[in-house]
Amino acid sequence: MGPVLESANVFSANETFPPMIQITLNGQTESLPATTSVLGLLENRALAGKRVAVERNGEIVPKGRHADTVLADGDRLEIVVAVGGG
Amino acid sequence: MNDSLVIAGKAYSSRLLVGTGKYKDFDETSRAIAASGAEIITVAIRRSNIGQNPGEPNLLDILPPERYTILPNTAGCYSADEAVRTLRLARELLDGHDLVKLEVLGDAETLFPNMPETLKAAETLVKDGFKVMAYCADDPIQAKMLEEIGCCAIMPLASLIGSGMGILNPWNLRLIIDQAQVPVLVDAGVGTASDAAIAMELGCDGVLMNTAIAKAQDPVLMASAMKKGVEAGREAFLAGRMPRKTYAASPSSPTGGMIGR
Repeated sequence: MGPVLESANVFSANETFPPMIQITLNGQTESLPATTSVLGLLENRALAGKRVAVERNGEIVPKGRHADTVLADGDRLEIVVAVGGG
Repeated sequence: MNDSLVIAGKAYSSRLLVGTGKYKDFDETSRAIAASGAEIITVAIRRSNIGQNPGEPNLLDILPPERYTILPNTAGCYSADEAVRTLRLARELLDGHDLVKLEVLGDAETLFPNMPETLKAAETLVKDGFKVMAYCADDPIQAKMLEEIGCCAIMPLASLIGSGMGILNPWNLRLIIDQAQVPVLVDAGVGTASDAAIAMELGCDGVLMNTAIAKAQDPVLMASAMKKGVEAGREAFLAGRMPRKTYAASPSSPTGGMIGR
Protein backbone atom coordinates (compact mmCIF):
# COMPACT_ATOMS: atom_id res chain seq x y z
CA MET A 1 0.00 0.00 0.00
CA GLY A 2 3.04 2.22 0.37
CA PRO A 3 3.20 3.21 -3.27
CA VAL A 4 -0.51 4.13 -3.25
CA LEU A 5 -0.02 6.46 -0.29
CA GLU A 6 3.00 7.96 -2.00
CA SER A 7 1.08 8.70 -5.19
CA ALA A 8 -1.71 10.27 -3.12
CA ASN A 9 0.90 12.57 -1.60
CA VAL A 10 2.19 13.50 -5.03
CA PHE A 11 -1.36 14.31 -6.12
CA SER A 12 -1.93 16.69 -3.20
CA ALA A 13 1.44 18.32 -3.79
CA ASN A 14 0.29 18.93 -7.35
CA GLU A 15 -2.54 21.24 -6.35
CA THR A 16 -0.28 24.23 -6.92
CA PHE A 17 1.42 22.55 -9.90
CA PRO A 18 -1.37 21.18 -12.11
CA PRO A 19 -0.88 17.76 -13.69
CA MET A 20 0.79 17.65 -17.06
CA ILE A 21 -0.75 16.82 -20.43
CA GLN A 22 0.91 15.68 -23.61
CA ILE A 23 0.12 17.34 -26.91
CA THR A 24 1.57 17.15 -30.40
CA LEU A 25 2.75 20.61 -31.39
CA ASN A 26 3.81 21.01 -35.02
CA GLY A 27 4.57 17.32 -35.13
CA GLN A 28 6.56 17.24 -31.86
CA THR A 29 5.41 15.76 -28.57
CA GLU A 30 5.31 18.37 -25.80
CA SER A 31 4.38 18.25 -22.10
CA LEU A 32 2.40 21.20 -20.77
CA PRO A 33 0.55 22.05 -17.55
CA ALA A 34 -3.05 20.83 -17.86
CA THR A 35 -4.66 24.26 -17.67
CA THR A 36 -2.67 25.77 -20.54
CA SER A 37 -4.73 27.80 -23.01
CA VAL A 38 -3.79 28.40 -26.62
CA LEU A 39 -2.87 31.96 -25.66
CA GLY A 40 -0.77 30.69 -22.74
CA LEU A 41 1.11 28.38 -25.06
CA LEU A 42 1.71 31.19 -27.58
CA GLU A 43 2.99 33.44 -24.77
CA ASN A 44 5.26 30.68 -23.53
CA ARG A 45 6.75 30.30 -27.02
CA ALA A 46 7.17 34.03 -27.66
CA LEU A 47 4.50 33.87 -30.37
CA ALA A 48 1.70 35.89 -28.73
CA GLY A 49 0.73 38.91 -30.82
CA LYS A 50 2.67 37.57 -33.81
CA ARG A 51 1.12 36.82 -37.19
CA VAL A 52 0.38 33.14 -36.58
CA ALA A 53 -2.68 30.92 -37.03
CA VAL A 54 -3.60 27.95 -34.87
CA GLU A 55 -5.35 24.72 -35.75
CA ARG A 56 -6.41 22.28 -33.01
CA ASN A 57 -7.34 18.72 -33.97
CA GLY A 58 -8.01 19.83 -37.54
CA GLU A 59 -10.19 22.82 -36.60
CA ILE A 60 -9.16 26.47 -36.72
CA VAL A 61 -8.95 28.19 -33.33
CA PRO A 62 -9.87 31.81 -34.18
CA LYS A 63 -7.72 34.54 -32.61
CA GLY A 64 -10.64 35.66 -30.47
CA ARG A 65 -10.79 32.20 -28.86
CA HIS A 66 -7.10 31.75 -28.03
CA ALA A 67 -7.53 32.87 -24.41
CA ASP A 68 -10.48 30.64 -23.56
CA THR A 69 -9.46 27.52 -25.48
CA VAL A 70 -7.85 25.19 -22.93
CA LEU A 71 -5.71 22.40 -24.32
CA ALA A 72 -6.50 18.76 -23.55
CA ASP A 73 -4.33 15.69 -23.34
CA GLY A 74 -3.73 14.23 -26.79
CA ASP A 75 -4.46 17.48 -28.70
CA ARG A 76 -2.79 17.88 -32.06
CA LEU A 77 -1.84 21.51 -32.61
CA GLU A 78 -0.50 23.25 -35.68
CA ILE A 79 0.85 26.79 -35.47
CA VAL A 80 1.65 28.32 -38.84
CA VAL A 81 3.11 31.50 -40.33
CA ALA A 82 3.45 32.96 -43.80
CA VAL A 83 6.83 32.27 -45.40
CA GLY A 84 8.37 33.06 -48.77
CA GLY A 85 6.80 31.03 -51.56
CA GLY A 86 5.61 31.24 -55.13
CA MET B 1 -5.56 54.45 -70.32
CA ASN B 2 -7.53 52.64 -67.67
CA ASP B 3 -6.60 49.02 -68.16
CA SER B 4 -7.04 47.38 -64.78
CA LEU B 5 -6.81 43.72 -64.02
CA VAL B 6 -9.99 42.87 -62.12
CA ILE B 7 -9.86 39.80 -59.90
CA ALA B 8 -12.86 38.87 -57.76
CA GLY B 9 -14.23 42.41 -58.13
CA LYS B 10 -11.07 44.24 -57.14
CA ALA B 11 -9.06 46.28 -59.66
CA TYR B 12 -5.26 46.13 -59.83
CA SER B 13 -3.06 48.32 -61.99
CA SER B 14 -0.22 45.78 -62.23
CA ARG B 15 -0.65 42.61 -64.24
CA LEU B 16 2.47 41.06 -62.78
CA LEU B 17 2.00 38.88 -59.70
CA VAL B 18 5.11 37.67 -57.91
CA GLY B 19 6.12 35.05 -55.41
CA THR B 20 8.27 35.66 -52.37
CA GLY B 21 10.31 32.44 -52.31
CA LYS B 22 13.95 31.62 -53.05
CA TYR B 23 15.38 35.07 -52.27
CA LYS B 24 18.69 35.50 -50.46
CA ASP B 25 17.06 37.37 -47.58
CA PHE B 26 14.06 39.54 -46.71
CA ASP B 27 15.87 42.68 -47.86
CA GLU B 28 16.35 41.30 -51.35
CA THR B 29 12.74 40.06 -51.31
CA SER B 30 11.32 43.47 -50.55
CA ARG B 31 13.56 45.31 -53.02
CA ALA B 32 12.73 42.91 -55.86
CA ILE B 33 9.02 43.07 -55.14
CA ALA B 34 9.10 46.87 -55.07
CA ALA B 35 10.92 46.89 -58.43
CA SER B 36 8.36 44.49 -59.95
CA GLY B 37 5.51 46.88 -59.18
CA ALA B 38 3.41 43.85 -58.21
CA GLU B 39 0.39 44.45 -56.00
CA ILE B 40 -0.49 40.81 -55.46
CA ILE B 41 2.21 38.66 -53.91
CA THR B 42 2.11 34.99 -53.06
CA VAL B 43 3.23 33.47 -49.78
CA ALA B 44 3.42 29.90 -48.51
CA ILE B 45 1.98 28.67 -45.21
CA ARG B 46 4.33 26.63 -43.03
CA ARG B 47 4.78 25.53 -39.45
CA SER B 48 6.04 28.31 -37.20
CA ASN B 49 9.04 27.95 -34.99
CA ILE B 50 7.67 26.91 -31.59
CA GLY B 51 9.99 28.85 -29.37
CA GLN B 52 13.34 27.57 -30.61
CA ASN B 53 13.91 30.76 -32.58
CA PRO B 54 12.29 33.64 -30.67
CA GLY B 55 12.22 37.00 -32.43
CA GLU B 56 12.49 35.35 -35.85
CA PRO B 57 11.58 37.96 -38.49
CA ASN B 58 8.16 37.48 -40.04
CA LEU B 59 7.64 37.86 -43.79
CA LEU B 60 4.40 39.78 -43.24
CA ASP B 61 6.28 42.42 -41.27
CA ILE B 62 8.33 43.35 -44.33
CA LEU B 63 5.44 42.84 -46.78
CA PRO B 64 2.49 44.12 -44.80
CA PRO B 65 -1.01 43.04 -45.87
CA GLU B 66 -2.05 46.70 -45.60
CA ARG B 67 0.20 47.47 -48.55
CA TYR B 68 0.07 44.28 -50.66
CA THR B 69 -2.68 41.85 -51.50
CA ILE B 70 -1.30 38.69 -49.95
CA LEU B 71 -2.11 35.57 -51.93
CA PRO B 72 -1.51 32.50 -49.76
CA ASN B 73 -0.74 29.38 -51.75
CA THR B 74 -0.94 25.64 -51.19
CA ALA B 75 2.52 24.87 -52.56
CA GLY B 76 3.67 21.45 -51.45
CA CYS B 77 0.14 20.08 -50.99
CA TYR B 78 -0.54 16.77 -52.72
CA SER B 79 -4.20 16.29 -51.80
CA ALA B 80 -7.39 18.34 -51.80
CA ASP B 81 -7.76 17.89 -48.04
CA GLU B 82 -4.27 19.17 -47.32
CA ALA B 83 -4.81 22.19 -49.59
CA VAL B 84 -8.17 23.10 -48.03
CA ARG B 85 -6.75 22.79 -44.52
CA THR B 86 -3.79 24.99 -45.45
CA LEU B 87 -6.00 27.72 -46.88
CA ARG B 88 -8.32 27.71 -43.88
CA LEU B 89 -5.26 28.39 -41.75
CA ALA B 90 -4.21 31.10 -44.20
CA ARG B 91 -7.60 32.80 -43.96
CA GLU B 92 -7.32 32.81 -40.18
CA LEU B 93 -3.74 34.09 -40.39
CA LEU B 94 -4.79 36.94 -42.70
CA ASP B 95 -7.83 38.01 -40.66
CA GLY B 96 -10.45 36.59 -42.99
CA HIS B 97 -8.77 37.51 -46.28
CA ASP B 98 -10.21 34.98 -48.72
CA LEU B 99 -8.38 35.45 -52.04
CA VAL B 100 -6.15 32.38 -52.39
CA LYS B 101 -3.98 30.50 -54.84
CA LEU B 102 -4.86 26.83 -55.07
CA GLU B 103 -2.26 24.40 -56.32
CA VAL B 104 -2.38 20.67 -55.73
CA LEU B 105 0.69 18.91 -56.95
CA GLY B 106 0.74 15.48 -58.50
CA ASP B 107 4.41 14.71 -58.75
CA ALA B 108 7.47 15.87 -56.84
CA GLU B 109 9.73 15.56 -59.88
CA THR B 110 7.79 17.84 -62.23
CA LEU B 111 5.44 19.65 -59.80
CA PHE B 112 2.76 19.01 -62.41
CA PRO B 113 -0.70 19.68 -60.95
CA ASN B 114 -2.99 16.87 -59.85
CA MET B 115 -6.11 18.08 -61.64
CA PRO B 116 -8.70 15.73 -60.06
CA GLU B 117 -7.58 16.85 -56.58
CA THR B 118 -7.39 20.49 -57.73
CA LEU B 119 -11.00 20.35 -58.95
CA LYS B 120 -12.12 18.69 -55.72
CA ALA B 121 -10.37 21.29 -53.56
CA ALA B 122 -11.71 24.16 -55.69
CA GLU B 123 -15.25 22.92 -55.16
CA THR B 124 -14.86 22.78 -51.36
CA LEU B 125 -13.12 26.15 -51.19
CA VAL B 126 -15.63 28.00 -53.36
CA LYS B 127 -18.49 26.58 -51.24
CA ASP B 128 -16.63 27.74 -48.15
CA GLY B 129 -16.52 31.33 -49.46
CA PHE B 130 -12.95 31.46 -50.77
CA LYS B 131 -12.05 33.35 -53.92
CA VAL B 132 -9.92 30.79 -55.69
CA MET B 133 -7.19 31.45 -58.25
CA ALA B 134 -6.32 27.99 -59.51
CA TYR B 135 -2.98 26.77 -60.83
CA CYS B 136 -3.73 24.16 -63.48
CA ALA B 137 -2.54 22.19 -66.45
CA ASP B 138 -2.86 23.90 -69.83
CA ASP B 139 -5.89 21.76 -70.61
CA PRO B 140 -8.85 23.82 -71.86
CA ILE B 141 -11.41 21.27 -70.66
CA GLN B 142 -10.26 21.23 -67.06
CA ALA B 143 -9.70 24.99 -67.13
CA LYS B 144 -13.37 25.33 -68.07
CA MET B 145 -14.34 23.00 -65.24
CA LEU B 146 -12.48 25.22 -62.76
CA GLU B 147 -14.34 28.23 -64.08
CA GLU B 148 -17.69 26.43 -63.82
CA ILE B 149 -16.92 25.53 -60.21
CA GLY B 150 -16.56 29.27 -59.56
CA CYS B 151 -12.81 29.97 -59.53
CA CYS B 152 -12.12 33.68 -59.94
CA ALA B 153 -8.99 33.18 -62.05
CA ILE B 154 -7.56 30.34 -64.11
CA MET B 155 -3.79 29.98 -63.96
CA PRO B 156 -2.36 27.47 -66.41
CA LEU B 157 1.33 26.66 -66.39
CA ALA B 158 3.46 27.88 -69.29
CA SER B 159 6.01 25.18 -68.45
CA LEU B 160 7.04 23.40 -65.27
CA ILE B 161 7.29 25.35 -61.99
CA GLY B 162 10.80 26.73 -61.57
CA SER B 163 11.93 25.48 -65.00
CA GLY B 164 12.25 28.84 -66.78
CA MET B 165 11.42 27.04 -70.03
CA GLY B 166 8.99 29.71 -71.21
CA ILE B 167 5.73 29.20 -73.07
CA LEU B 168 5.72 25.69 -74.43
CA ASN B 169 2.18 25.49 -75.71
CA PRO B 170 0.88 28.89 -76.76
CA TRP B 171 -2.00 27.37 -78.69
CA ASN B 172 -3.48 25.65 -75.67
CA LEU B 173 -3.14 28.90 -73.74
CA ARG B 174 -5.01 30.66 -76.55
CA LEU B 175 -7.84 28.13 -76.34
CA ILE B 176 -8.08 28.65 -72.58
CA ILE B 177 -7.99 32.46 -72.95
CA ASP B 178 -10.57 32.50 -75.75
CA GLN B 179 -13.16 30.52 -73.80
CA ALA B 180 -12.65 32.02 -70.34
CA GLN B 181 -14.96 34.62 -68.81
CA VAL B 182 -12.61 35.07 -65.83
CA PRO B 183 -8.99 36.30 -65.93
CA VAL B 184 -6.41 33.83 -67.23
CA LEU B 185 -2.90 34.21 -65.82
CA VAL B 186 0.16 32.25 -66.80
CA ASP B 187 1.53 30.77 -63.62
CA ALA B 188 4.88 28.99 -63.73
CA GLY B 189 7.53 28.50 -66.36
CA VAL B 190 8.39 32.07 -67.33
CA GLY B 191 12.18 32.43 -67.60
CA THR B 192 12.84 35.95 -68.83
CA ALA B 193 11.11 39.17 -69.81
CA SER B 194 10.34 38.09 -73.39
CA ASP B 195 8.44 35.05 -72.04
CA ALA B 196 6.28 37.36 -69.96
CA ALA B 197 5.71 39.59 -73.00
CA ILE B 198 4.72 36.60 -75.14
CA ALA B 199 2.22 35.46 -72.51
CA MET B 200 0.65 38.90 -72.48
CA GLU B 201 0.67 39.17 -76.29
CA LEU B 202 -1.28 35.92 -76.41
CA GLY B 203 -3.98 37.70 -74.42
CA CYS B 204 -3.24 36.51 -70.91
CA ASP B 205 -4.66 38.86 -68.27
CA GLY B 206 -1.55 38.58 -66.13
CA VAL B 207 1.54 36.59 -65.29
CA LEU B 208 2.56 35.08 -61.97
CA MET B 209 6.22 34.23 -61.43
CA ASN B 210 8.78 33.68 -58.71
CA THR B 211 11.94 31.82 -59.73
CA ALA B 212 12.58 33.87 -62.89
CA ILE B 213 13.10 36.91 -60.68
CA ALA B 214 14.52 35.36 -57.52
CA LYS B 215 17.09 33.23 -59.33
CA ALA B 216 18.24 35.85 -61.84
CA GLN B 217 21.82 37.06 -61.32
CA ASP B 218 20.36 40.42 -60.31
CA PRO B 219 16.84 39.80 -58.99
CA VAL B 220 15.98 43.48 -58.53
CA LEU B 221 16.92 44.34 -62.11
CA MET B 222 15.07 41.29 -63.45
CA ALA B 223 12.00 42.32 -61.46
CA SER B 224 12.09 45.65 -63.27
CA ALA B 225 12.57 43.88 -66.62
CA MET B 226 9.56 41.64 -65.94
CA LYS B 227 7.42 44.66 -65.12
CA LYS B 228 8.31 46.15 -68.50
CA GLY B 229 7.90 42.81 -70.29
CA VAL B 230 4.38 42.42 -68.95
CA GLU B 231 3.49 46.03 -69.77
CA ALA B 232 4.96 45.80 -73.29
CA GLY B 233 3.17 42.53 -73.99
CA ARG B 234 -0.12 43.92 -72.75
CA GLU B 235 0.14 47.04 -74.88
CA ALA B 236 1.09 44.97 -77.92
CA PHE B 237 -1.94 42.75 -77.35
CA LEU B 238 -4.25 45.75 -77.04
CA ALA B 239 -2.66 47.44 -80.06
CA GLY B 240 -3.20 44.34 -82.21
CA ARG B 241 -0.19 43.05 -84.06
CA MET B 242 0.15 43.19 -87.86
CA PRO B 243 -0.76 40.02 -89.71
CA ARG B 244 2.08 37.60 -90.41
CA LYS B 245 2.93 37.45 -94.14
CA THR B 246 5.27 34.75 -95.32
CA TYR B 247 5.95 35.96 -98.88
CA ALA B 248 4.31 39.33 -99.44
CA ALA B 249 7.36 41.36 -98.50
CA SER B 250 6.41 45.03 -98.46
CA PRO B 251 9.08 47.70 -98.01
CA SER B 252 8.48 50.37 -95.41
CA SER B 253 9.86 53.12 -97.65
CA PRO B 254 8.17 54.41 -100.85
CA THR B 255 8.74 52.30 -103.97
CA GLY B 256 8.45 55.34 -106.24
CA GLY B 257 10.75 58.36 -106.63
CA MET B 258 13.97 56.38 -106.83
CA ILE B 259 16.76 58.49 -108.33
CA GLY B 260 18.31 57.78 -111.70
CA ARG B 261 15.44 55.67 -113.10
